[in-house]
Amino acid sequence: MSSLIELSEIHFAYPGCPSVLKGASLCLDAKERVCVVGHNGAGKSTLLHIVVGLLRPSRGRVVAFGRERRVEADFLEVRRLAGLVFQDPDDQLFCPTVAEDVAFGPLNLGKSKDEAMEIVDRVLSALDLAGFKDRITHKLSGGEKRLVTLAAVLAMEPKVLLLDEPTNALDENNEARLIEILLSLPQAMIVVSHDAQFRARIGSRAVRLVDGEIVPA
Amino acid sequence: MGHLVGSGRPTLLDTGATEARTLINAIDPRTRILAAIAFAVVVVSLHDLRILTATLLCALALMLMARLPARSTLRRMVTMDSFIVFMLLLLPFTVPGDAMFTVFGFPATWQGLRQAVEIGLKANAIILTLMALVGSVEPVRLGHALYRLKMPEALVYLLMFMVRYVDVLQQEYLRLRVAMKARGFRPGNNRHTYQSLGYLIGMMLVRAVERSERILGAMKCRGFSGGIPLLGDLTYTGSDVYFALGFGGVLAALLALQFLV
Repeated sequence: MSSLIELSEIHFAYPGCPSVLKGASLCLDAKERVCVVGHNGAGKSTLLHIVVGLLRPSRGRVVAFGRERRVEADFLEVRRLAGLVFQDPDDQLFCPTVAEDVAFGPLNLGKSKDEAMEIVDRVLSALDLAGFKDRITHKLSGGEKRLVTLAAVLAMEPKVLLLDEPTNALDENNEARLIEILLSLPQAMIVVSHDAQFRARIGSRAVRLVDGEIVPA
Repeated sequence: MGHLVGSGRPTLLDTGATEARTLINAIDPRTRILAAIAFAVVVVSLHDLRILTATLLCALALMLMARLPARSTLRRMVTMDSFIVFMLLLLPFTVPGDAMFTVFGFPATWQGLRQAVEIGLKANAIILTLMALVGSVEPVRLGHALYRLKMPEALVYLLMFMVRYVDVLQQEYLRLRVAMKARGFRPGNNRHTYQSLGYLIGMMLVRAVERSERILGAMKCRGFSGGIPLLGDLTYTGSDVYFALGFGGVLAALLALQFLV
């Protein structure tokens, strides 16, 4: 079986800045949980954004779910199949209530209101967040926000999860809970994290981003 | 920006209304918005000072029904007055009529004073009603209600994003202010203060723009295609009918009085 996601020879530079990625290649197979490490500004988040087409590489190929992806229209499907969890939960939770935020993805996929609410109930109870349904998103604590962003992404029923520093600002209890949830999920994952303990628990493989290239860690 | 740093206020979105079920709280927000608009239209069309005083009393009664804290609500009303106070002070001098007294050779007229009082009564009655009926609605529910009242979607989304992010921005502002204070910044009336506050505002704008770009990215990742589905459930109930009848009756009575006197 071919890889779920295959980045080959990706080059990328932000406008007016030196290149961040200089020929980075990364492969994600089913059931794999790849951890990406690298120093600050090495381009780890950039790499995740390239996978879902929020940024376009200047050179290189993005193959996702069996097809090469080039233009915006190609990436619409990728964004449904690969759920990106952002570094700052406040960037992701923009709806007033938790239910609306979790339902946002399913409704965009053309589900009816009732179907969406069913998904909301299912995902929230799977993550033990059933009581949060009608809470106002900006009044949640940091840990709660993180779990709700994960629920919002899981509601899209993705095949791959892309996690950008998921343990940022989590206390020990919430981190343990997040690890437990992630280990129970069937999805393949690319995880960017500075937290060595977290990587050791989660990752099935680790790679390092050095000088814009991916090397085995 | 001093009002942003006031301590003891949990969020900027605090409406000051109690969570408890009040007479006003039980009414659908759409009914409350429509009632406030109807009230404003009726009040603007009235002219008799005695009837206008009655409308102000009605507004005060609504405020009590909504159980808004009287002190802070009236203070907000006075804040609004500060916007029109100069116009009210100038009116006696600009409206022609019988002179009351003269200042530097400019006569102040009784007719002008009457108009100033009329405008003052109208403005305060309307703002107080708005605060009692609409201001006490939880902001998210207000957004849903406006959406269901067929307000342009873009405006509703603007309101919803404001509701969602004003607190995040305030937290960011407070963090920056604390960081400034930690390095010994004490605001004064000098160039350094204005420059530093300028940097602060500039930094907040830059961060807000960057955040908006990240939010758009996150929305695209979840299939955003231009519209945000809103889920809130609102239903008209019996209390809406009673309120609409009662409120409509009061408005009709006010209008009838205007024609009788």
